[in-house]
Amino acid sequence: MSVYTLEIDGREVGARPGETILAVAREHQIEIPTLCSLEGLSTVGACRLCLTEVEGASRLLPACTTAVAEGMRVRTQSERIARYRRGILELLFAERNHQCAVCVSNGHCDLQALATSLGMDHVRVPYRDPLLSVDASHERFALDHNRCVLCTRCVRVCDEIEGAHTWDVAGRGIGSWIVSDLADPWGESSSCTGCGKCVQVCPTGALFEKGKAIGEMTKRTAFVPMLQHMRGRRR
Amino acid sequence: MRRIEIDPVTRIEGHARITLQLGDDGRVRDARFHVDQFRGFEKLAVGRPFHEMPGLMARTCGICPISHLVASAKAGDALLAVAIPEPAIRLRRILHLAQILQSHALSFFYLSAPDLLLGMDADPARRNLVGLYDEEPELVRGGIALRAFGQEIIARMAGKRVHPAWVVPGGVATPIDAETRDFLLAGVPGAIATVEQALASFRMRLVGFEAEIQHFANFPSLFLGLVDTNGELEHYEGRLRVIDPTGARIVEGFDPARYQELIAEADEPDSYLKAPYFRAFGFPDGIYRVGPLARLRLVTRCGTPRADAALEIFRGRDASAGQASFLYHEARLIEMLFALERIEELAGHAELLDPDVRAHAGPNRREGIGVAEAPRGTLIHHYRIDADGLVTAVNLIIATGHNALAMNRGVLQVARHFVDGERLQEGMLNRVEAVIRAFDPCLACSTHALGKMPLAIRLFDAQGRVVDELRRSSR
Ligand code: SF4
Ligand code: SF4
Ligand code: FES
Repeated sequence: MSVYTLEIDGREVGARPGETILAVAREHQIEIPTLCSLEGLSTVGACRLCLTEVEGASRLLPACTTAVAEGMRVRTQSERIARYRRGILELLFAERNHQCAVCVSNGHCDLQALATSLGMDHVRVPYRDPLLSVDASHERFALDHNRCVLCTRCVRVCDEIEGAHTWDVAGRGIGSWIVSDLADPWGESSSCTGCGKCVQVCPTGALFEKGKAIGEMTKRTAFVPMLQHMRGRRR
Repeated sequence: MRRIEIDPVTRIEGHARITLQLGDDGRVRDARFHVDQFRGFEKLAVGRPFHEMPGLMARTCGICPISHLVASAKAGDALLAVAIPEPAIRLRRILHLAQILQSHALSFFYLSAPDLLLGMDADPARRNLVGLYDEEPELVRGGIALRAFGQEIIARMAGKRVHPAWVVPGGVATPIDAETRDFLLAGVPGAIATVEQALASFRMRLVGFEAEIQHFANFPSLFLGLVDTNGELEHYEGRLRVIDPTGARIVEGFDPARYQELIAEADEPDSYLKAPYFRAFGFPDGIYRVGPLARLRLVTRCGTPRADAALEIFRGRDASAGQASFLYHEARLIEMLFALERIEELAGHAELLDPDVRAHAGPNRREGIGVAEAPRGTLIHHYRIDADGLVTAVNLIIATGHNALAMNRGVLQVARHFVDGERLQEGMLNRVEAVIRAFDPCLACSTHALGKMPLAIRLFDAQGRVVDELRRSSR
């Protein structure tokens, strides 16, 4: 098996062909922020928070979808990267309604944690303040579109792990939204098995267990790679 | 007709205005306390899962968030249709009493004591907590410690000082530990000593306030509030009692969930505050007062020894002083004593640390009402939800709302006595403001701890022209 040698943040590292920059960086304890990516699920490169500088490339490349190459020189931190990442977060916060102080996921939210760690302390674009609903028709869970960042983790876990493919994305661009079945109320879905995997992998307070009060919704995602592993790493 | 307007110059979070209407005889004919603060929480909550409501509602108020939390969680209990575990009730009670303590301490020591203990006409530059400290350092230190004690109880029990969401439909989120209990018990004796000292100080100076007692919102009205099954002081649950100006009970043992049969709400067009009135007496005759003074007039006794001893002295004076809102201040001190005695009693309970603090259930009813006695009076949260548990309608009646009509009347009365002709005196400003302070309305602008309420007074003549003007900033 051939091994590539490349450089991440000035460190020389070895990698297997086909691996992504993100995977190699993680193997070497180099932190790259992510939101849509989750170990055990396919990658879609939707959020762009993992942007990195690759020498020779004119634009920033997402670490989660970019495969390594021999002699690649990657930077995961720079003023430019930090500016982009903060800008992306600002757009995410401005797009829908995030009132962290009264959110079920307050204190346990990936988006909120990213805003803190990447130093996004204010939003320079106008808030869109869209009027969005909460689908609480399911007996045990609810989906609050106000807090959804369209990362599609729920869509992927439901399709790839549970095999139900209840969730999908409807609409286009900024008008996109997550739907169950054919945009039916979740509680009326005939495909949903009620397993709750989507709730666990959702990085924000968008998917949550009913009955949770402010700040009470915590999530577990370790089961995803474990299930994949036990199924013989089909992906 | 001439009009005097008192208007805050600096608008911080919310603001209030006072309009005084002069009749042709140059006497004040009408007074209005305007509240333009409207945060739209009743609308904002629609569509939200009801389990989020306590935390959301606690945000309606930075001054008594715990009372909103408690009333909201109780409305949530009603939606779940469960009896919540006893240990949770004890913890909620302690938390709520700590809120009463810290809120009353703020009102008395920080906001009112400078007026009360230094005198209304003392130099405005010194009539504040700092000026008071020079005269009564021990009292001020004690008052600050008292408020800090209440806040620290809240912080230790509920995690966050200002907007905790520890109280949830069905109980509380987590039990407390022995360390927290020991903290509660250790702090009570010193706190009681402070309150008793303040009470003694206040009583000594009361002789100097005959005019204020006479003219500070001293008028007949009904009083409304919760009392427990023995007619004792109660802030967490209980039944509604209403008394008339003579003290006769006209409503007794009334289920607070049926509040709408008792209270009607008039919409004051020039204010976002609702003006509730006692339905049977109509508007505006059904004017009533809520809060510490109302509670002490309503109860048969407090139910704790020190508070009951203080209540007896208070009652002697209350009878002679009639219906004076000035006595709200003393009532607050007595309630602080009660809160401390009750906290001690509850914290000493053998099952205080019991881990069984939460009942779990889904929505089992479509409508839930939660009522508590907040520091400033009866607080009502009323929710409707759909089958999925999403809120469809919210009605809130806050203490300051209940008192709205009484505050107008109080301002009118003091203005009649202290305002004459077209001259505006600083002393009058203080006294109009002091009437508002007696009611301790929960408005951001009324809680400036150090400076004074930012005010501007305008005097209008019959043609609506300004003939005199007086302004004051918050410092
Ligand atoms: S989902 Fe996360 S970022 Fe959005 S409101 Fe909730 S805690 Fe804040
Ligand atoms: S519901 Fe959650 S997991 Fe699904 S797309 Fe939205 S944020 Fe991502
Ligand atoms: S984590 Fe790479 S694009 Fe979202």
